[in-house]
Amino acid sequence: MSTVKRIFHQFGSPPWLFRFAGFAIPWLWAACLGLGAWGLWWGLVKAPPDYLQGESVRIMYLHVPSAWMSMGIYAGMAVFGFCALVWRVRAAEVIALASAPVGAAFTLLALVTGSLWGRPTWGTYWVWDARLTSELVLLFLYLGVMGLAAAFDEPRKGARAACLLALVGLVNLPLIHYSVEWWNTLHQPASVGVEGSSIHPSMLWPLLLMALATKFYYLANLLTRTRLQLVVENRKSRWVRDWVLETR
Amino acid sequence: MTGRVFLPLLRRDLLLAYRRRSELLLPLVFLMVVVSLFPLGVGPGLQVLSRIAVGVIWIAALLATVLSLDGLFRGDFEDGSLEQLVISGHSLPLAALARVAGHWLVAGLPIVLLSPLLALWMNLGEGGWSVLVISLALGTPTLSLLGGIGAALTVSLHRGGQLLSLLVFPLYVPILILAASAVTAATDGLPYNGQLGLLAAALVAALSLAPWAIAAALRLSLE
Repeated sequence: MSTVKRIFHQFGSPPWLFRFAGFAIPWLWAACLGLGAWGLWWGLVKAPPDYLQGESVRIMYLHVPSAWMSMGIYAGMAVFGFCALVWRVRAAEVIALASAPVGAAFTLLALVTGSLWGRPTWGTYWVWDARLTSELVLLFLYLGVMGLAAAFDEPRKGARAACLLALVGLVNLPLIHYSVEWWNTLHQPASVGVEGSSIHPSMLWPLLLMALATKFYYLANLLTRTRLQLVVENRKSRWVRDWVLETR
Repeated sequence: MTGRVFLPLLRRDLLLAYRRRSELLLPLVFLMVVVSLFPLGVGPGLQVLSRIAVGVIWIAALLATVLSLDGLFRGDFEDGSLEQLVISGHSLPLAALARVAGHWLVAGLPIVLLSPLLALWMNLGEGGWSVLVISLALGTPTLSLLGGIGAALTVSLHRGGQLLSLLVFPLYVPILILAASAVTAATDGLPYNGQLGLLAAALVAALSLAPWAIAAALRLSLE
């Protein structure tokens, strides 16, 4: 058996994934807190204020990583959903479903921090800008996936339905994104001043640190949720009983 | 292949719809009531109405489609004929396509035919009438196809209606944007071929992908 295949099969096995998650979670939290503290200190204290936006630019260090995560997690959720549907990997179902609340939270965070940032810089909490709108639609997609999974009496069926919906959403997502972008530029061109694409290194470094911290937060949170779900679903199996007896 | 699944199913659906003619009118009456509420809400000023006309008519069409979609597979699911269809060995995507085609002929096509009257009510500029009809003719089948995925996913749930709206409305965003901008461009005297072309492209894409997604969702619901 090739290495790739072995890793694939190991990830698909609930006891292995459970033990792996138990081992990885403390390290992931440590990395998240360490990088997050470093990034926040750099961004909130050390980095210079923007010459145009003043101190309000500092919310960027939370806003931009959240927006990145909101999109990345959706793609990840759909990839795991694909694995769950095609190869019927049980663990992939659990991971896909555990991703949804984290992704929705990041989307909400991006929307809230964005509108708080918009107040001092654009003079309003909300504009129907292309990016804001597609982020809002993304939140609806997350809520749909979560709502569908919760609506079923049998959790496995709900999980598989949610995986399929996530996949349909992923096919639609570029379409939604481009149509919204095109819709906005047609109606109100250049009403929103986007900063130049080149960010000064003094601002880029804390941003990258925060981006890494949010990734570790996602992994830690995801694995914690996965572990809980695995225990709940396999509560009658032998390895869970052994684990409970072992840790007592 | 088509003769064995697609046409018999389509004929059955149309016959069922014909036997219950009073139900056929319901989506149309719903559409008219919803559209007629807008002048009451925003005031009868013709200027305002003509500016919001496209949006109102299209959103009413979205709502009417989703309401009628809720029961698309439910009857078949509850009396077991869906199960029989799945184990019959016929192509399930084709069967799903037949159901969606039946749905569009019964619930979508009447919207297209009624739209000139709605355009008149909402004082849509004359240049936009034909484009509104074309945009609805190209867009409502896509709505039925995308909505069919949601209907298939929620078929085994007892209260699927509101959930169905949450699932499918985000997917409808591009269609709404394209259609509204095509009609607005036409009333402003601008070229609108691009938007209509993209609507047609969306229809072709949905036609070629959605039946498989619907079939997968139906299999999943029957597990």
